Amino acid sequence: MTTVYRKSAGLQDRELHYCPGCSHGIVHKLVAECMEELGVIDTAVLVCPVGCSVFAGHYLACDAVEAAHGRAPAVATGIKRTHPDQLVVTYQGDGDLASIGAAEIVHAAMRGEKFTTIFINNAIFGMTGGQMAPTTLLGQRATTAPHGRQKEIHGSPIRVSEMLATLDGLAYAERVCVTDIPHLNKAKKAIKKAFELQLSGVGFTFVEVLCACPTNWGMAPLEANKWLMENMAAYYPLGVIKEVQA
Amino acid sequence: MEKELWKGNEAIAEAAIRAGVNCFFGYPITPQNEIPEYMSAHLPEAGGVFVQSESELAAINMVYGAASSGMRAMTSSSSPGVSLKQEGISYMAGAELPGVIVNMMRGGPGLGTIQPSQCDYFQATRGGGNGDYRTMVLAPCNIQEAVDMTQEAFDLADLYRMPVVVLGDGMIGQMMEPIVWHDIPKRELPAKDWAANGRRGRDHNNFVTSLRMDAPDCEEHNRALQRKYDLISQTEVRWEETDTADCEILIAAYGTPARIASSAVEELRAKGVKAGLFRPKTVWPFPSKRLAEIAGQDSVKAILVVEMSMGQMVEDVQLATKCVKPIGFHGRPGGMFPSVEGIMEEAEKLLKEVQ
Amino acid sequence: MKKQIIISGFGGQGVMSIGKSLVEAAVDEGMHATWVPSYGPEMRGGTANCSVVLSDEPVGSPVFTYPTELIAMNLPSLTKFEPNVVAGGTIFVNSSIISQKVERTDVRAVYVPCDAIADQLGNKKVSNMVMLGAYIAATGALKEETIRHMLVEMFTGPKAKLVELNMKALEEGAKCLEG
Repeated sequence: MTTVYRKSAGLQDRELHYCPGCSHGIVHKLVAECMEELGVIDTAVLVCPVGCSVFAGHYLACDAVEAAHGRAPAVATGIKRTHPDQLVVTYQGDGDLASIGAAEIVHAAMRGEKFTTIFINNAIFGMTGGQMAPTTLLGQRATTAPHGRQKEIHGSPIRVSEMLATLDGLAYAERVCVTDIPHLNKAKKAIKKAFELQLSGVGFTFVEVLCACPTNWGMAPLEANKWLMENMAAYYPLGVIKEVQA
Repeated sequence: MEKELWKGNEAIAEAAIRAGVNCFFGYPITPQNEIPEYMSAHLPEAGGVFVQSESELAAINMVYGAASSGMRAMTSSSSPGVSLKQEGISYMAGAELPGVIVNMMRGGPGLGTIQPSQCDYFQATRGGGNGDYRTMVLAPCNIQEAVDMTQEAFDLADLYRMPVVVLGDGMIGQMMEPIVWHDIPKRELPAKDWAANGRRGRDHNNFVTSLRMDAPDCEEHNRALQRKYDLISQTEVRWEETDTADCEILIAAYGTPARIASSAVEELRAKGVKAGLFRPKTVWPFPSKRLAEIAGQDSVKAILVVEMSMGQMVEDVQLATKCVKPIGFHGRPGGMFPSVEGIMEEAEKLLKEVQ
Repeated sequence: MKKQIIISGFGGQGVMSIGKSLVEAAVDEGMHATWVPSYGPEMRGGTANCSVVLSDEPVGSPVFTYPTELIAMNLPSLTKFEPNVVAGGTIFVNSSIISQKVERTDVRAVYVPCDAIADQLGNKKVSNMVMLGAYIAATGALKEETIRHMLVEMFTGPKAKLVELNMKALEEGAKCLEG
């Protein structure tokens, strides 16, 4: 018998707690597969955020550290600077990274910290119950923006990848999504490239993944994917935002 | 051994390097800037890592990260900056991570003043951040002690897997005096088999976290932390006492005021006033038991607590002694320090009141 | 022996380094010593001062209200600290820029034209060393060889030529006691 598919060795044998249609599980899998393919499960350290993926250290097979809300880039700095030859990855949502942790991510990028950040952008605070994030789209409803996000009151959503790309320390930034197999394959390639660039020591590497949060968006999974492609991808264009040659 | 003249802050940084600190993360704030400055020049020479962080929040979280991965990590700041570090200190306590935090206290609240103070005693000894936790708090009164305590702080942190605070005041950081470098006795330390630094063949992943989502699990975690704190309260209490055997007025003070009080005690004795000094060297755990014994002596008529604050350690003195003797307080807050004459006057006044 | 010294002046007059030199030399001679600066904005141009204790015994309080000696490098320093000097103590006055005399009669006053002497030596920066020379000559608190040894260690390589200049400044300062 030939094995055509198996669960990545980068994942632990545990049931995920994520909601149906949530993108976290897929992104976990891609991170795990990339670590496995690069042979770094045994040396990598993952830094988890506060948010739905707070438990990522229970799902990924590599060593992991749980950071305070928004501080994953600082925690990763402490690890990577003292373990320069090991893969260090932060996995952060948009509330964590773009709101409370805005200073930490900007300065990690400015310093060109040689770790990779996987940025989960689902335009909402997931774990706390659908509050407005800095990435929530104009007009999008949230539990703290019941009439939808308004520019005059809340400002316009932040395009983190583009903002970080202005910093010399950022070596690579790409925005991807995992709504279907072609996009998923592209996302995996981006993550793997980021890891490879990190290990070659070029600088800070960043992959923004547009993700669905059907529960807090109040949509069925397929509908959520459709909404993502029509609305989020329109405001947050997919593709390579910056790439510095190694 | 040869005496060397050192500035307090620089001596503390050098002591940490001699204690094998792997990394230092800090942010500028007066009056502790010589610590990060010294580290930036000398830690890389010693094979370590120095990062000037974007904030105190980031600095303590870098310490958290490095400590998670098994490193000896350190940060330093002064009062307003240490307030910002409380988040990380709480997480370190929760995740049971070792680390050394130096606080060169300055006057507050808010921006306050850059002059020396002891106004963060409550913050340091009660945990400071959210949650039921303690940090060990070492309180040096001169540069020699600051150097010795800083070196030992790393062993204590590793031994008990907890943040250890070296609580100084601006005076200790800024002044110069001769010290002797001696070898600090090394402790037997447990292996850091909990560290998240890559599995390296381990059959499971290490996940360093302060999250205990399940309430019964979180309760048990709190109880386990408390057992550790109880043990430390038994084994790691330190103090120094001078002329306590027959003293009528007992002066209790830590840090710089204790040093000033030691001169006051000497002068009071010269005048025929039976004064003694009780100086906690750990303010958490507080040397309650010994202080209670001295307070219970027939000779002791009153206790005078001297602090560079409006009265914080005085509450620990009240708790420890159960107020069996009258307790007076002499405090100079906001960057001022007590004078020898001022302490003598307060001591004599208190003694007269109770007689 | 126990000396409690306040050294005070404008930022840039080298008051901190007079204090440091005293402490360093005292430690070399096996004494106990402490140096406490007033730190902060005054370091950057305003009035600066430091408190020094030199003692045969371990130093208790490194700060004090009543100095045994005051070194006043400018007028505000003299005005501020003159009343606190212990009776029988000594006040050193930088008479190049302080025209006022010491008012108290229960202390010894030593007038040292530090800046004028430094100018004659061709380097304004050694004015504080002139004062240090006067202090040592007046109090006998430290040996001249200790200071020379310290200067030799401080100025090495291309700066070695500064040793003689500084020693000269010390000597000229000491001469102010002769008159």
